[in-house]
Amino acid sequence: MEYIDLHAHMVSRTTDDYRAMAMSGCVAVTEPAFWAGYDRPGVEAFVDYFNRLTDFEPKRAAQYGIAHFTWMCLNPKEAEDRELTRRVLEVIPRYLDLPNVLGIGEIGLNRVTRNELAGFKDHVDLAMEHEQLIHIHTPHLEDKWKGTKAIVDTLAADARIEPHRVMVDHAEEHTVDMILDAGFWTGLTLYPVTKVSPARAVDILETRGPERICVAAACDWGESRPLAVPEFILEMRRRGHPDSLIRRVVYENPIEFLGQSPKFGVPDREHAAAV
Amino acid sequence: MAAHAGTSPLSQRELIAEYFMEHRVQVLELAAFLDRLDRARELDAAGDFRLRSIREALAVLVDGGGDRVERVQMIFSDPRSELLEELDQKSAKGAYDPEA
Repeated sequence: MEYIDLHAHMVSRTTDDYRAMAMSGCVAVTEPAFWAGYDRPGVEAFVDYFNRLTDFEPKRAAQYGIAHFTWMCLNPKEAEDRELTRRVLEVIPRYLDLPNVLGIGEIGLNRVTRNELAGFKDHVDLAMEHEQLIHIHTPHLEDKWKGTKAIVDTLAADARIEPHRVMVDHAEEHTVDMILDAGFWTGLTLYPVTKVSPARAVDILETRGPERICVAAACDWGESRPLAVPEFILEMRRRGHPDSLIRRVVYENPIEFLGQSPKFGVPDREHAAAV
Repeated sequence: MAAHAGTSPLSQRELIAEYFMEHRVQVLELAAFLDRLDRARELDAAGDFRLRSIREALAVLVDGGGDRVERVQMIFSDPRSELLEELDQKSAKGAYDPEA
């Protein structure tokens, strides 16, 4: 089954992973800017990272017929440094018109500090100023409920926000309702230990329905599964769900959200030119 | 009647037939972990917030109530709303420590 992985940190993955994803049905990925596992030494390191996201990665993905899109930001794990945040925010606009940039992300919160929230609001302002889609990271583990609530409350108080243009990602059982009830899109990220397993993601789909919900691997430099979406597809089939419902979640829903950017598209296999 | 009743397309018998083995092993792994703690070289973590949260979660599993996963998620969660004044640690620990 063809699918779109809406959240994959491919800079941390091998070319073999692209190949395996293509062979399992992946036609497009979107790659939010994120933390490298260590703090970058300055704005120049972000420029290098953004250049890779907008030049090298789309070429690497294209070798396997996968369309590559990305999101720009300074991630919340580095947002405690307000001066660094300010300097990175200054360079982001130069990337927003590039063909594979869909919006601002993954912004959000980590430990839910005052500076993180200030950086989050700065990025929201940038997205509004440039009419961008927004992709949001919610905190991990014990900080998830608290951070998700702070994010939802902040956006709900902002009259500029159109909820259908915002993806609040990394939802789990105790946060998914507050996100959906506020009108946002949400993502279930399929991770071996620290997020949602494919089985629990199917539980959430069964109990909440498929509207405004996507799934993704969120594969990165940690232990993670680049083929997590095919694992989810397999689990949906084990539970007795029809392919029409599965396709809605792994293909049609991402297109509905991402297609709000005129830059987004999937490869046109039906009209491929014979060579 | 449990919340979300009837939303699983499989019957209880079908769910057990398909999934018993993989959940059987998860119960055994947890039992073995608790045994391992009992026979540790030093018994020095009786008040550990992570162990305490696991014990609270286990009580939820057998109390007969529904919405188990959401209730267990909230046992592990920081229930406060106020912001931290500054970053105290880079990564989360998996459970809320009210004494930190």
